[in-house]
Amino acid sequence: MSTDLPALSRPAPVVFYNDPKVRSIAYQIALFAAVAFLAYGAASNAIENLARARIASGFGFWNNVAGFDISQTLIEYSSRGSTYGRAFWVGLLNTLLVAGLGIVFATILGFIVGISRLSSNWLLSKVAGCYVEIIRNLPLLLQLLFWYNAVLKTLPDIRESIAIGGGAFLNNRGLFLPMPIFKSGFGAVEIALIVGIIGAIAFRFWARRRQEKTGRQAPVLLVALALVIGLPLAVFVLVGLPLGFEFPQAGRFNITGGTEVLPEFVALLFGLSIYTAAFIAEVVRAGILAVSRGQSEAAYSLGLRPGPTLRLIVVPQAMRVIIPPLTSQYLNLTKNSTLAVAIGYPDLVQVFTGTVLNQTGQAVEVVAITMLVYLVISLTTSLLMNIYNSRMALTER
Amino acid sequence: MKRLTTILALLLAVVVQGASAQTLKAVKDRGMLNCGGNGTLAGFGLPDAQGKWTGLDVDFCKAIAAAVFNDAEKVKFVPLSAKDRFTALQSGEVDVLARNTTWTSSRDTSLGLNFIGVNYYDGQGFMVRKSLKVNSALELNGAAVCVQQGTTTELNLADFFGAHKMQLKTVTFATANEAVKAYDAGRCDAYTTDASALYAERLRVADPNDHVILPEIISKEPLGPAVRHGDDQWFDIVRWTFFAMLNAEELNISQKTLDEALKSSNPEIKRFVGTEGNFGEQLGLTKDWAVRIVKLVGNYGESFERNVGMGSPLKIERGLNKLWTKGGIQYAPPIR
Repeated sequence: MSTDLPALSRPAPVVFYNDPKVRSIAYQIALFAAVAFLAYGAASNAIENLARARIASGFGFWNNVAGFDISQTLIEYSSRGSTYGRAFWVGLLNTLLVAGLGIVFATILGFIVGISRLSSNWLLSKVAGCYVEIIRNLPLLLQLLFWYNAVLKTLPDIRESIAIGGGAFLNNRGLFLPMPIFKSGFGAVEIALIVGIIGAIAFRFWARRRQEKTGRQAPVLLVALALVIGLPLAVFVLVGLPLGFEFPQAGRFNITGGTEVLPEFVALLFGLSIYTAAFIAEVVRAGILAVSRGQSEAAYSLGLRPGPTLRLIVVPQAMRVIIPPLTSQYLNLTKNSTLAVAIGYPDLVQVFTGTVLNQTGQAVEVVAITMLVYLVISLTTSLLMNIYNSRMALTER
Repeated sequence: MKRLTTILALLLAVVVQGASAQTLKAVKDRGMLNCGGNGTLAGFGLPDAQGKWTGLDVDFCKAIAAAVFNDAEKVKFVPLSAKDRFTALQSGEVDVLARNTTWTSSRDTSLGLNFIGVNYYDGQGFMVRKSLKVNSALELNGAAVCVQQGTTTELNLADFFGAHKMQLKTVTFATANEAVKAYDAGRCDAYTTDASALYAERLRVADPNDHVILPEIISKEPLGPAVRHGDDQWFDIVRWTFFAMLNAEELNISQKTLDEALKSSNPEIKRFVGTEGNFGEQLGLTKDWAVRIVKLVGNYGESFERNVGMGSPLKIERGLNKLWTKGGIQYAPPIR
């Protein structure tokens, strides 16, 4: 009897091709082979066709002189000396600049609007509601064109520039600001700033530890401001004001000297921030509504006022719901920045996939590089947000 | 993103179709010539309110259709921006690119194009507001200039300002429409492009009389139609369509005088109209290929006058584009 039992419980032997494990592996190998073959076929076909039409290929163009100008360059660039590779970096930095600032502004605006929409103040919540419904239901391209034309048409001609004071001018060519020139000794101020920031963080850490232990609060904000702003300012005065300014000067056509903010940049930044903020507002509203009402009622019954309740009880819990969709909004904003081509802002797509592709004719290489870049930017954003998300996630005890 | 997807689609076309060596057969099978045109430039390629295209480059594509199909209307015009035009030709989306395109060495070689000739000798100029009181391009030091992306104009501009040690602020736009609109809105002091196009664009700004075109021509812009590498027969057909239009003008064969020409005993004219020799068949077409072109489209001079010359709103002098016999440099090899 004892020898029969295991024989009974063992399933009947199956042929290897009916084994689900073997099958699933075989299917996966087949799929992988098909995809690999397709990719190989496409690549070799493209290479062959390019060679047959004698179209240049390879990445040799990277070091050739570009020969065209770019209106906004964060790094040194000149049409006669710089290469296509340099133009790529100029475009990439412009993309990162507008995307980075856009994310910051969209987040701030989005949180304000999202929270306002839940406010008990009737007017405030209706205004926020209108904002969200109007902005997120109009195409972004249309909004960009609106902002660009609104900026261009309302501002005066360069010869009738508005002097804002402090040596700054505003006209339809942009915002012209005095450019700071750092003299020797400014390094000490920078060091003071870094020390101040580290000090502020350390103080906050200490204050929190003390509050947890004794319940006594410390004026964290005041001390932090004193450290971050006051300390560098004091050092700045002590070492003898090592800072000068180059002021914009009116020339025959343009304002020269100083530094300028292009209207294309402002329009793109406005358009992207305002558009994405509408979506972020909805994400924030959903996140806050996901926190059960009992949480804030409990906070009120403990005597917390609405402000601290929102800051200490509701938002930290809402963040767990907010962060994943927020990440996709950040990715959207970055990718939407390619609409810059419509209003002449020199982002990566405009400079690289536009002019460089046209001048070199190497569509395959240029588009491949551009796709890779956006993939890297998006995956990096996603990774950082996932790290943040896992830190904010509920830790079960 | 939209532009990226377009380019991707074109890339896929490169992969799938490649440079077909049998363009003539493909065109005949399709029953339609795909012609890459401008779409926004009066005088060269612009659809009217009914969607009917007119222009010098448009006439050229119609002439090819006339020679191949004996029907000048069998052309599908594909409007292309300056920046996307070469990719469209390379990938086979269009059979011929007739879009006021400057012939340069790199486009002829590494971009994989073959230019068939020069159907308009042009040069780059500047348009400025009269109120600026500028009389010469050399006075533009420090000016902001609006320019269209993906053009030789963009490169010449940087060269010209660099060579004269002048400061320049370039503002680049993807299409001529956007560049002109920004110039009109006061974003730039000057707008630059080929002189012929400047005359056309000036008609589009709010008040054309407020703007002036500066006398300097800062570059050579030989504008010509192009086909892609790898199909010599098609290259020959497109090139000789152009030469036929020039030869017709030189031989005084126009839409009006075509009937007389058909009866002519002049051997040169007989070869042209196909009553002597089989030059059309050598091209892979019919004997009367050149007659079809003149009958349905006209000779080069007729096309020029109708689209950009005195018979058009642009009223551009023929200048360099006169025949060599009349003091210009338009010259075609003989048909024999």
